[in-house]
Amino acid sequence: MNTVLLEINPLVLPSIGLIFWSAVSFIILLVLLRKFAWKPILTAVNEREESITNALNSAEEAKKEMANLTSSNERLLNEAREERDALMKEAREMKAEIVAKAKEEAQGEGEKMIANAKATIEMERKSAIADLKNQVATLSIDIAEKVVKGTLTGDDKQKALVNELVEEVNLN
Amino acid sequence: MLKNLILLFLLFTASVVMANEPQAHAENSTHNTEETKDESYDPVPVIMHHIADAHEWHFWGEGENSASIPLPVILLDGGLKMFSSSKFHHGHDLVKSNDKEYMLYHNKIYTVGESIPIAKDSTVKIIRKGQEEDSTFSYTLANIPTKDFLHDYVVGHKELELGTYVASAKPLDFSITKNVAGIFLAILIIFLIFTSVARSYKKNGGIPKKLTGWMEPLVLFVRDDIAKPNIGEKKYKKFLPFLLTIFFFIWVLNLLGLIPGGANVTGNIAVTLVLAVVTMIVVAINGNKAYWGHIFNPPVPEWLKPMMIPVEIIGIFTKPFALMIRLFANIAAGHIVILSLISLIFVAKTMWVAPASIALVLFISVLELLVALLQAYIFTLLTALFIGMAVEEHH
Repeated sequence: MNTVLLEINPLVLPSIGLIFWSAVSFIILLVLLRKFAWKPILTAVNEREESITNALNSAEEAKKEMANLTSSNERLLNEAREERDALMKEAREMKAEIVAKAKEEAQGEGEKMIANAKATIEMERKSAIADLKNQVATLSIDIAEKVVKGTLTGDDKQKALVNELVEEVNLN
Repeated sequence: MLKNLILLFLLFTASVVMANEPQAHAENSTHNTEETKDESYDPVPVIMHHIADAHEWHFWGEGENSASIPLPVILLDGGLKMFSSSKFHHGHDLVKSNDKEYMLYHNKIYTVGESIPIAKDSTVKIIRKGQEEDSTFSYTLANIPTKDFLHDYVVGHKELELGTYVASAKPLDFSITKNVAGIFLAILIIFLIFTSVARSYKKNGGIPKKLTGWMEPLVLFVRDDIAKPNIGEKKYKKFLPFLLTIFFFIWVLNLLGLIPGGANVTGNIAVTLVLAVVTMIVVAINGNKAYWGHIFNPPVPEWLKPMMIPVEIIGIFTKPFALMIRLFANIAAGHIVILSLISLIFVAKTMWVAPASIALVLFISVLELLVALLQAYIFTLLTALFIGMAVEEHH
């Protein structure tokens, strides 16, 4: 049996002392590193990664918000524009209406005025005619009176007087 | 063109020498009772010595002139015994501790026993060459180290018939060896790096700067490319510290092993065994109903179950076993390749091989840098995969 043991290359014969010390060393290293190195390192790295993720997320959100704002601005602007257009249209319509109405009214007024004027003119004409008739009558009487007076003085002179009177009438 | 020809020639000569080498070695072993006359260089012991664990951290030089850091020896042999490995004087001296004597031989510590008959009731006395009388010592049959030891020290004293395989008693050795020291160094480096990274987050308000900027992508790589896809978004968090630790532990040790003079820790089967066993335990503890149900009540026809259940049970162990072997073999092989390429210079016994040898070493070293990361990645990935299989929800 001893012979067999010696046949094994010492290279692959683990020594108990080294097994003991490497086991103890490794476990101590594991415990120490876990507490003093890996925990703080991994915590720090995780925290940093989280903060980066958060920062990226919030940036993304801000971007989205900006997009939202822009789109709502756009919408507001469009609405305002539409409202303006509507108002303008309404105003234009109103203006047209007012103008049309004014025109209509003016026309009516004019017609009325014209009618009034016509009536007045008619009335004036009628009174003028009446007046003229009166005057003609008066004149006729005057003429008749003068003719009568003339005839009374001479034939020629009567004729000249009649002519003169007729001319006078014409002048009136 | 000329350069390529020279290179080819060098490679050819090197391979010829290599081809001759095993034969020489074989001859050596058949005539090992006598001094070897063959001058050919055998790189195998040197390579094995370099990739093996040791009781001192050796840098360069031989014996007393070597530059090395002695490490503490801790033995469990009828009580706890501690002393510096420098007391062995690189294996030249015995160390007496309480009632027992210890010797260092080929990086292993053996107990020196009392003298009892070794064969046919004859007492064996082994006297070390060039030593004083008081360093004479004896072995029991059970305590004599390998035949190599006998060959090294007894040649010339024909008191012992050599070529016999004998076992040796070894005390339970819990020494701080080169590999253990290497692990401590790696732990220190990893701990300092990542606690400073952890602190830097607080200081800079979560912004990765300097070192943190280099380390964070690696941590995130393990999290996002290993843990999350294999374990799942919901459950990965619990296992992430374990996966991160295992990844950086293996990677840093792989890299430290590549430094000349560094310890070959992840190329040692004991270390990979521990890592694999830890993985196995984590998987076993966290395995859910569906996972165990699949093992002990596989969805196969009734008559297949006597065969499938053992297969599934073996599967629990083969997965971590493959992890253990893969890491160990890859890293050890890398070291062996580099050392072999350097050994070419000594095998060919000419300086002219050096440029080709060094160029190849450089190439393999760069490759090993990649392998260091790759193996850490594969080990962690497969661990995550096994955990993922164990915690997966079946509907």
